[in-house]
Amino acid sequence: MPNPVFDWHALAPDLILAGTILVVLISDLVLPERDAWQTSRIASLGVLLALVPIVTLAVDGTNREMFGGAYVVDNYALALKAFFLVVAYLTILISVDYIGEGDYYQSEFYFLLLTSVLGMSAMTSARDLITIFVALETISIPTYVLATFRKHDRRSSEAGIKYYLMGVLSSAVMLYGMSLVFGVTGATRLPDVTAYVSANGTSSLMVVAIFMTLVGFAFKVSAVPFHFWAPDTYEGAPTPVTAFLSVASKAGGFVAILNLVFFGFYAQGTGADAWWPALWVMAVLSMTLGNLSALKQTNIVRMLAYSSVAQGGFLLVPFAAAGIAGARGDLGVADSAFSAVVVYLLVYGAMNLGAFAVVIAVARRTESGEISSYAGLFKTSPTLAVMMTGFMASLAGIPFLGGWYAKFVMFRSVLEAGTTWAVVLAVVAALNTVIAFFYYAGVIRAMWFEEPAGDDRTPITVPPALAAAIGLTSAAIVVVGVYPQLVARVGELATRITS
Amino acid sequence: MLLNQFLLLGAFLFCAGVYGVITRRNAVLVLMSVELMLAAVNINLVAFSAYRAGDVVGQVFALFVLTIAAAEVGVGLAIVLLIYRNIRSSDLDDVDVLKG
Repeated sequence: MPNPVFDWHALAPDLILAGTILVVLISDLVLPERDAWQTSRIASLGVLLALVPIVTLAVDGTNREMFGGAYVVDNYALALKAFFLVVAYLTILISVDYIGEGDYYQSEFYFLLLTSVLGMSAMTSARDLITIFVALETISIPTYVLATFRKHDRRSSEAGIKYYLMGVLSSAVMLYGMSLVFGVTGATRLPDVTAYVSANGTSSLMVVAIFMTLVGFAFKVSAVPFHFWAPDTYEGAPTPVTAFLSVASKAGGFVAILNLVFFGFYAQGTGADAWWPALWVMAVLSMTLGNLSALKQTNIVRMLAYSSVAQGGFLLVPFAAAGIAGARGDLGVADSAFSAVVVYLLVYGAMNLGAFAVVIAVARRTESGEISSYAGLFKTSPTLAVMMTGFMASLAGIPFLGGWYAKFVMFRSVLEAGTTWAVVLAVVAALNTVIAFFYYAGVIRAMWFEEPAGDDRTPITVPPALAAAIGLTSAAIVVVGVYPQLVARVGELATRITS
Repeated sequence: MLLNQFLLLGAFLFCAGVYGVITRRNAVLVLMSVELMLAAVNINLVAFSAYRAGDVVGQVFALFVLTIAAAEVGVGLAIVLLIYRNIRSSDLDDVDVLKG
């Protein structure tokens, strides 16, 4: 067997990230304790440095395959690698003061954070069941530790154990599914799986295998009925970790589903029938139950947790649409569904991170997660209130903010599919957009129309790093809302390469 | 080559693991049940690999599963220990502060 060929240029982003992880870990031994905050600076520099080879690779523009097609660096992988690195940078920005001021181990925090991001970066390139599994565990294992990061707080421990148990259980189910996929097709590389499914169709064992594999990932993206861990974990974990889990970890799960569905299980004719009904049901349940549960929450983090369950449902809609169309032999919808998911992920990342950044900023003074503590925010801190209004409106999908365009491409993909099932799905999604508006508007109403609770009317002081994160994310949603072609272009670049 | 026997053993172990995860309330026993499920996966992978003579991919996959499961259980036991230190119990029913 010949030695594998290493394309160092294509591996450069991951290698720089891996190097940064080691430097962060070692610097903790070298630096005196009062300089421990410097590790955040090293971590953010490393993340920005890793963006450089992504730009050079994008300029170069060729698709690079390694290890027999198990590891691919194409435009789609590059776009999402850049997304994950930017999310990592923003997460570091919103963590710096939270982690620095609390009694936390600083360098370990950034070490675990970047390790998880390395897994996400690998996931974008993974086109092999083994690579997907390894990347998924590299994403997950550090986040189990991050969720329990407040060592002496039993709420944080509880968040960690619930997340951990659900995580390993879902990994086991997913692996059992993958072992059956391997058993039926005799292959672990996704293009080989596609070739097998196209040639032989899906036997009932293959349907079970695909179903179990997808169920494993449904846990990761907290799709109903596999979402039980999400609200508790989000509430108990340190808030910057919650922001990271709800955006990056969830996006990592969706990238895995994208890879599996579109590079692996996607096949014309009966092939798609094997998986779209499961995703259709999960999309409908996630949107409906997520939104209905969010309505009755009084804690903003729990509300955002259920909101992210519902947003996950919206993200599953294009998958179901692609499957419905694929079963009819219509491949065009698959392309638009694929870029719809990518666009939705990019926009969702910006608006959800921004919302969590404001939550962290407000909690610095009120030390409360209750929605009632946002009363009169416009009177005390008008800038924060305007930003939060923007993020809430964007999550609700109000036009000319980023979230509107994400919803638009999602609806477009499902309407292109055009069968009864697709139309029903679109109607459910439209109803849910309306329901979601009520709880997002509840926060806006509290900020603008209610009187502040205490006598303290001084504005909330926002540290520069947190302010930068809020500024960058709000700029992103405004730019995408006003000029959506920008992100649409990324979505088109990331079109699927059908084999 | 006998394949069915191994697959049945794997399926039995997997079901026993799922049953354990659902019924056991002690965190360590839940972890052991998850390990049973992962053992079922490895039996499946090795059996399929041996059934397709000369195909080592399944065995390589099983090695990855073993290694990563070890890392995962290491983290899991650390979390269980942390919970025991905080609430003096490793019973999952006692971990109930967060709800709603």
